[in-house]
Amino acid sequence: MNLLNKNIAEIHESLVNGDITAEQLTTEVIKNAKNNEDKIGAFITINEEQAIAEAKKVDEKGIDPDNLLSGIPVALKDNLLTKDILTTAGSKMLYNFKPIIDATVVKKLSDLGTISIGKTNMDEFAMGGSTETSAMKITKNPWNLTKVPGGSSGGSAAAVAAGDVLAALGSDTGGSIRQPASFNGIVGMKPTYGRVSRWGLIAFASSFDQVGPLTKNVYDNALLLNAISGHDEHDMTSSDQKVPDFTKNIKSGVKGMKIGLPKEYLGEGIDEDVKQAILKAADVYRELGAEVEEVSLPHNKYGVAAYYIIAPSEASSNLQRFDGIRYGYRAKDAKNLEELYVKSRSEGFGDEVKRRIMLGTYSLSAGSYDAYFKKAAEIRTLIINDFKKVFNDYDLIMTPTTPTPAFGIGEENDDPLTMYMNDALTIPANMAGIPGMSVPAGFSKDGMPIGMQLLARHFDEESIYKAGYAFEQNTDFHTKTPKMMGGEK
Amino acid sequence: MNFETTIGLEVHVELKTNSKIFSPSPVEYGDEPNKNTNVIDWGYPGVLPTTNKGVVKSGIMAALALHAEIERHPHFDRKNYFYPDNPKAYQITQHDTPDAHDGWIEIEVDGKKKKIGIEEMHIEEDAGKNTHGNKFSYVDLNRQGTPLIEIVSKPDIASPDEAYAYLEALRQRLLFTGISDVKMEEGSMRVDVNISIRPYGQKEFGTKVELKNLNSFNYVRKGLAYEEKRQQQVLMSGGKIQQETRRFDETNGTTILMRVKEGADDYRYFPEPDLPSLNISDDWINEIHDELPEMPASRRDRYINKLGLTDYDAMVITQTKQMSDFYDKMIELGADPKMASNYLQVNVNEYLNSKQVDLDDTEITPENLTTMIKLISDGTISSKMAKKVFKAITEGKEPKQFVHDNGMVQLSDPKELQPIIDQILSDNPQSIEDFHNGKDRAIGFLVGQIMKQTRGKANPQVVNKLLMQSINK
Repeated sequence: MNLLNKNIAEIHESLVNGDITAEQLTTEVIKNAKNNEDKIGAFITINEEQAIAEAKKVDEKGIDPDNLLSGIPVALKDNLLTKDILTTAGSKMLYNFKPIIDATVVKKLSDLGTISIGKTNMDEFAMGGSTETSAMKITKNPWNLTKVPGGSSGGSAAAVAAGDVLAALGSDTGGSIRQPASFNGIVGMKPTYGRVSRWGLIAFASSFDQVGPLTKNVYDNALLLNAISGHDEHDMTSSDQKVPDFTKNIKSGVKGMKIGLPKEYLGEGIDEDVKQAILKAADVYRELGAEVEEVSLPHNKYGVAAYYIIAPSEASSNLQRFDGIRYGYRAKDAKNLEELYVKSRSEGFGDEVKRRIMLGTYSLSAGSYDAYFKKAAEIRTLIINDFKKVFNDYDLIMTPTTPTPAFGIGEENDDPLTMYMNDALTIPANMAGIPGMSVPAGFSKDGMPIGMQLLARHFDEESIYKAGYAFEQNTDFHTKTPKMMGGEK
Repeated sequence: MNFETTIGLEVHVELKTNSKIFSPSPVEYGDEPNKNTNVIDWGYPGVLPTTNKGVVKSGIMAALALHAEIERHPHFDRKNYFYPDNPKAYQITQHDTPDAHDGWIEIEVDGKKKKIGIEEMHIEEDAGKNTHGNKFSYVDLNRQGTPLIEIVSKPDIASPDEAYAYLEALRQRLLFTGISDVKMEEGSMRVDVNISIRPYGQKEFGTKVELKNLNSFNYVRKGLAYEEKRQQQVLMSGGKIQQETRRFDETNGTTILMRVKEGADDYRYFPEPDLPSLNISDDWINEIHDELPEMPASRRDRYINKLGLTDYDAMVITQTKQMSDFYDKMIELGADPKMASNYLQVNVNEYLNSKQVDLDDTEITPENLTTMIKLISDGTISSKMAKKVFKAITEGKEPKQFVHDNGMVQLSDPKELQPIIDQILSDNPQSIEDFHNGKDRAIGFLVGQIMKQTRGKANPQVVNKLLMQSINK
């Protein structure tokens, strides 16, 4: 079954009415996803057997009419631990790793009766913005097979855009949910840091990482965030802040809302099509009764520089556990301990991961800590203050999600700096820990999707969903589907 | 040339908690390898630490016991290094914001009291253990994540004897808090030692030498004494001290070069992003302060000034918290302070040593020992009889009942004793005559006869008194 023009509520209704069983649905969805694989390559693993077994269990229990997610097929980024199911994080280092535990988000979804049909491709250890650093395969953008799907949650975004699933989980450290959502014309939410448990998410940069949903539309996204949010005793950085029902006030509109439009996000380096799409979106909000005014986030421009010090620093430490001793890849023929470490890590990690380990190791070393890590941490505080100031007067901030639409496969491989600049507009939200969501906001002249990013105060995902939903109701970008997947465009 | 010595001690103390510092695995020793481990201890992908609040509490308790300033918002840091017994390849410790700083304890050497400063103390996790053999290397992570407190002294320690006294005082104070067993022989207390010397008056410290393999306080003192002399000889003969690590050789009391240090290790410390910084409130500190047991020095003061014990007695009684608590309970129950102290020091300690057991694991209680002491004080039994009663106590018998069952009550009543004395006197006129002729020995003979007649039950004091009265009539 192709899910291109469906939403969760519709599928739920068919399940409740008995038009289709969860098992039939899962079987058809997997069949369709497998067919799409040759073109797109969104999955590292499709767990057909387990998925169908899970679906049968849901059928036996009966579809819960009050639980929109029961029996709904989803996909999971391959850096989320899934018990007994291969979890590679896109790395040769974990080419054979079958965890003995589920990530908290995985357990929460499965407890609600969603069916995980597979693990999606990603940049190795979530380091990258095109899914090209994956050691497993290349994933293509369903809107144009010569373009990247973005990253690092490129597989999850492509799977949703291609109609494989209605929802997928990704992780976002510097934009890894929002950027691929933007490149694929779908909705992607990075929740407030601490909103969602990180237990079982293979860490990239612990103080930035956050799990979030990628969906076809805003309402479905809110449903998924409802399902995965909340305090987890296994994660001390998860917040005990009360989790609201994100769908409850989603339809209440933007009338009277104050939205800031930061001038720094529409300046140099921003593609003209992208800029025009955002300015038009601002007009849509004005027509709906919101106040949209120019604001300034003066220190955001240092975000990329500071991020590429702090995140690799944390990563250099987080990835030390991959040493070839207890699990994952182990080099053959090592003659002593040091050789075992060096060979396993040299052979197990790809170039981008090594680049970041080196960057981070350097930034943390005794001679450079003060000049790099400490300085970057200070910039982080300045960025937090930028947002605090604006949010004193505004409910939301709207920006482009990315400076340009999706670029070509292979185009930026040899130019890490340009690749890093793709994250310039998404990184500040991770630096500050605030929530951010990308929603479809137009198309470039060559037909590639453009995303708008909505940012809000800590733990105010509700305002983002309200504004995202209102925008969706008054535009039709989210209804467009890629032609080659059987869609209209 | 005269030199002054500077000694720095870093003491690692293993905390006695049920579970590990960042995982729910039990802290247990002697189990099969890797039994007490879980995904957190393995450094599994995707797992996160959670801080054991009990460990933080123990840290505060130690800080209070060592008069240290408590950090109100401490955070954890990562210390990065690769080793198979360190599965995350980083140790979670406190580098930037130690748990507490600027403490002190008082020591006494040759009758002189001195305060030794404590630079800082922090909580951290222990590593696992590697073993080698059979063509393989093995990693046991049972110890991984065991909570530790590291206590770093200020460079105030000026002699091996002071180092010994510092360790002794530190061990005792920590023991009294109850947060650790502080046993070097079991590894729950480990000591890293640094020593340097410099000519008197020189401002800069000399080059530090680190000593390893010091597995008892005595070895610390011996190793330091040897090293102090060695360094003096090197400097006197025009040589230079190198920054190096030396190993103490137990068999001949010398130190042997292990390796020369070249530059410092770079552990790339940075704040642990998986753990939010802690909030230590005044209320919590006050609460813990109220729970903190009285420290040995204060107990000694009390024993000497209020209960009239000698310095020596007070020191012996405060060797362990168990003993001191036991003693306090006896005083509370009304035991004579001096007698209670004597019985604990002599009979009880002898018994514990001969059986190799802890006081808590015996049948001896403050109640039954106090009862026995009261029986002695009021003359019901003699101290000779008390030996049998003590043995009975160790076998779990109630002293009063035992004394009664065995007819051990001492004869102290003059009405009962006088007829016996009269009888003995009339049986032994010669002795009476001897006595009056100045032979004091005769009294001893007569007392012996009376004791024999009463099968040892007569109260010797009463017998003496009555006998003298009768014989002088």
